[in-house]
Amino acid sequence: MKLGLNAMETAGALMVLSLAMVALFAPELAPHDPVRAVAATFGDPGAPSRAFPLGTDQLGRDVLSRIIYGARISLTVGVAAMAVTMTIGVTIGLAAGFFGGAVDSILMRFTDVMLTLPALLLAMAFVAVLQPGLWSILIVIGLVSWTQIARVVRAEALSLTQRDFVVAARALGAPPARLIARHVMPNAMPLIVVMAVLGTSGTLLLDAGLSFLGLGVPPPTPSWGRMIEEATTYFRTAPWLAIYPGLAIFYAVLGFNLLGYGFIRRRGHSADFQ
Amino acid sequence: MLAYIIRRIAFGAFVLVGTSLITFCIAFVIPADPAVAVAGAKADPRTLAAIHHELGLDQPLYIQYARYADRALHGDLGRSYIRRENVTSVILSRFPATAILALSALALSLLLGIPMGMLAAAWRGRAPDHLLLVVSLALVSTPVFWLGTILLIVGGLYLRWFPLGGFSGPSSLVLPTITLALGSAGYYSRILHTSLAAAMDQDYVRTARGKGLSTSAAMRRHALANAMLPLVTIAGLDLGGLLSGVVLTETVFNWPGIGRLAFEAIFNLDIPLIMGTVLFSAALVVAGNLAADLLLAWLDPRIRLGRET
Repeated sequence: MKLGLNAMETAGALMVLSLAMVALFAPELAPHDPVRAVAATFGDPGAPSRAFPLGTDQLGRDVLSRIIYGARISLTVGVAAMAVTMTIGVTIGLAAGFFGGAVDSILMRFTDVMLTLPALLLAMAFVAVLQPGLWSILIVIGLVSWTQIARVVRAEALSLTQRDFVVAARALGAPPARLIARHVMPNAMPLIVVMAVLGTSGTLLLDAGLSFLGLGVPPPTPSWGRMIEEATTYFRTAPWLAIYPGLAIFYAVLGFNLLGYGFIRRRGHSADFQ
Repeated sequence: MLAYIIRRIAFGAFVLVGTSLITFCIAFVIPADPAVAVAGAKADPRTLAAIHHELGLDQPLYIQYARYADRALHGDLGRSYIRRENVTSVILSRFPATAILALSALALSLLLGIPMGMLAAAWRGRAPDHLLLVVSLALVSTPVFWLGTILLIVGGLYLRWFPLGGFSGPSSLVLPTITLALGSAGYYSRILHTSLAAAMDQDYVRTARGKGLSTSAAMRRHALANAMLPLVTIAGLDLGGLLSGVVLTETVFNWPGIGRLAFEAIFNLDIPLIMGTVLFSAALVVAGNLAADLLLAWLDPRIRLGRET
């Protein structure tokens, strides 16, 4: 069944790649301007038709074009928020695992506290504080999602730090910064990369959830979560407004999950990632 | 056993103090002035100063926190700025709706997740295993609020089997429960699959198989009890994730619970209510973890008898 496992990873990679392409070539791919009224049905959502395959929204904007442009903001936020998350999580995890003792205790108790606060509620409170905007969203998602990364990286750093090659380098007089940068971190890198891929599915969902609650990147920038939020007013008469952007979110999140878990299963260490 | 329980309770108390500090910090980084939220944007400075004094906002931060912590310990989370009601009683009046939703979702997710995990482990490495992994990943990848909206369109609008939101008897509970449960079901099935697969490699299972038990009998009678232990811990820890889903589910279905309350509080910049709901949710998660720890001790003699390593 080696083939089946690789198929999962390949499918995930293709899904992520296709999204990146859509985001990159949005102006070429989108049939219409995503933020301007292009349909004559202004004021009423228009049903899917030959000219507008996924219909138009209450302002006469083309849903397909908005979803295509939405890939830009959604992927950017998902990936950039993941970068913030990894920076915090990897730093805290490496420090706790490498130094151990009091540093480990303090950092991990802090992690326990953060882990107790429901991520979305905490993110909502943070966004209310910071005013919604691209940067505040990235920082907020990073601030609430790093805990799991920190725990996994800490465990890895802890075991790496006790390995012979690190002990030997330490005995040769290498300072902590060099030990971490040259010996511990490079060996933790495969794990960190997988965590980043899997984590991106989490940041995508969190961003979509915040956008749905009206706390995402402000309009008129089309984002998938906000499109669904706007669609809830019309879900009785125009369900297509809610269905298609959700499929886009689902596709993106599933792509990152398949890629991450396919990789884990092939390597055969699934227990590390629960 | 007693030492273990005391340790877990002390840890829970520590976490609660930590979360109260964090929520307090968030509340006071808020740049918008709560007095403006109370009195309106056109209020004159003297009114604002009077409101500051009334709310205790003119005191140093550490005194404000000490007062807040003292009151919170006595069950008083302050007065809502906007609703002019006691935060504790507002939260408690909304709690039953959330509790019903969360508990039924937890039950449904275990009901779906456990058989899925068992099936995947029984067919390990073969097609049904891979299929179930993809299904569970699909469940985890579905946005809660989108699933809720779709269910509302299909089950409420087209089939007319269920009400279009609100909390009105058992039939109104069905769609929100499914919405909230499916993601967790996928997650739990993966956890159980991993721990079951590990348990099936143990010597005691090999012995059971050697005695002539079939794979499924060995799994049900020997491996499952051990493999359930990680699931209990995870389900306790996942309560925070469940409560995040509750906010979205309650928003979609207009469900009169704590999630919607938090959503409204944040839009009104109602600081005591924001702090109250976040702190209350954290307390629920701590209670859930504690319950999981106790259940674990009851299930696992190694923990109960204090040989916990």
